[in-house]
Amino acid sequence: MAQYLILIYESETGWQDAPPEAWQQAMEAHNRFAQQVGELGGSLLGGNALQPTTTATTIRDDIVTDGPFVETKEALGGYYLIEAKDLDQALAIAKLCPAPYGGVEVRPVMTFDE
Amino acid sequence: MNAAAAEIKRAVADAHRREWAFVLAATARVAGDIELAEECVQDAYLRALDTWARDGVPGNPGAWLTTTARRLALDAHRRDRTLRSKLPLLVEPDAAPDAEDVEADVVPDDRLRLVFTCCHPALAREAQVALTLRLVCGVSTGDIAQAFLVSEPTMAARVTRAKKKISAARIAYRVPEAHELPDRLDAVLTVVHLLYTTGHTAPTGRDLVRVDLVERALDLARMLHSLMPDEREVRGLLALLLLADARRATRIAPDGRLLLLAEQDRSRWDRAAIDEGVGLVFDALRGGRPGRFALQAAIAALHAEAPSYAETDWRQVVGLYDELLRVWPSPVVALNRTAAVAMVDGPAAALVEVEALERDGRLAGYRYLTATKADLLRRLGRNKEAIAAYRAALELADNATERAFLAGRITELSAG
Repeated sequence: MAQYLILIYESETGWQDAPPEAWQQAMEAHNRFAQQVGELGGSLLGGNALQPTTTATTIRDDIVTDGPFVETKEALGGYYLIEAKDLDQALAIAKLCPAPYGGVEVRPVMTFDE
Repeated sequence: MNAAAAEIKRAVADAHRREWAFVLAATARVAGDIELAEECVQDAYLRALDTWARDGVPGNPGAWLTTTARRLALDAHRRDRTLRSKLPLLVEPDAAPDAEDVEADVVPDDRLRLVFTCCHPALAREAQVALTLRLVCGVSTGDIAQAFLVSEPTMAARVTRAKKKISAARIAYRVPEAHELPDRLDAVLTVVHLLYTTGHTAPTGRDLVRVDLVERALDLARMLHSLMPDEREVRGLLALLLLADARRATRIAPDGRLLLLAEQDRSRWDRAAIDEGVGLVFDALRGGRPGRFALQAAIAALHAEAPSYAETDWRQVVGLYDELLRVWPSPVVALNRTAAVAMVDGPAAALVEVEALERDGRLAGYRYLTATKADLLRRLGRNKEAIAAYRAALELADNATERAFLAGRITELSAG
């Protein structure tokens, strides 16, 4: 088994303008997703939703500035850490991850010698 | 070099062409690492030169090479435990074999695993193409770079990056399951088709290396057909390539000029290839809705069997294009369809469709859109507009033969 991070990139304005029902639906979709990971043979190790990029603070060369590194239309809004047997299984799981205002990126977690 | 040495060299080259994929695919399973497998296979071919010269060419060169390469991989592991990759190639569902399996007489055919791994959708299309040529066909990185007109370091970096992704992201060394197969197979067929079209109409420059790409694509299509005889789209692709390639000798005039389908000498088309292609088309169309390769092959078959351009069954060609657009709604298909529409309903009707495609915008900068429009305007006698369109097409064309063709049309129309 290997670990993958599913990074959820979505339009922040999409969520700002979203009606309450959309938030409700998203909550349900994420709860459902947590179930489906196991059904597909993987396991969910963790995950979180993030506050919007307006709350981000960047540190580079010890200089603290406000905002993310780069302004993009879609920003990292949350993530899941999952375990899967290979990329195909990780992708099958990631396809079910809700991201109505964007998409997800799947990254293998690097392993180091113990 | 004496005659015997030349013969050994030829036998090794022959085995390289025919057995490379089998040998590498089987070695990758033992090596647990594509890079190591590649080195061992290359080494095995080098050893063949000496050993075969001393002991004679073995009865089954592929088996000899496979056993040798697999032993080398195993030795490498024994010699250096740390060589065992931190991120081994995932061979599933059966575990990687141990030493005894390496000595076994029957080596499993892993070529499909290799092909599907090279064409995994998590790899960029250009990486899929490069990996397939390098790992399945055994073409050197330098030759691949030359065929795709990039520098050798660029191509080497592309191949290395792709191999790293296979191990780091854990792309499994396996044949997709039945429910994934249609999509995954389509990616494989697309790669083979892309190889063919790159060779068939060289985008730029001279075409020396390109004949090799055409041959490689045909070899791959044949290999896939032998490994997956029941897959109708594989049959369709092989048929399509055979039918298109049957015309190869007649596409260029003795003076180097590009000849259109209407001008080609049909008596010089390769009849054996056409017969084989047509036979495959029938099978590919049967049993359920045909896929995009089967339908393209069916169109090619209608052309191949028509006594002349005018006597082609254009109505059926349009019908097949309609079907093709349903399974593959691509603007390029819609553009090709307009040529058949021009033959059935006249150039004015076709021009309306070409102009609609122009407004659609997805084909902006596509040289064949502009060239098609120019041709229709010419046939409608709208010479001034035709010349302008040919000039625009000339701006977009890089291939010397195509440029000469377009320039010729401009000269013709300017005189007339």
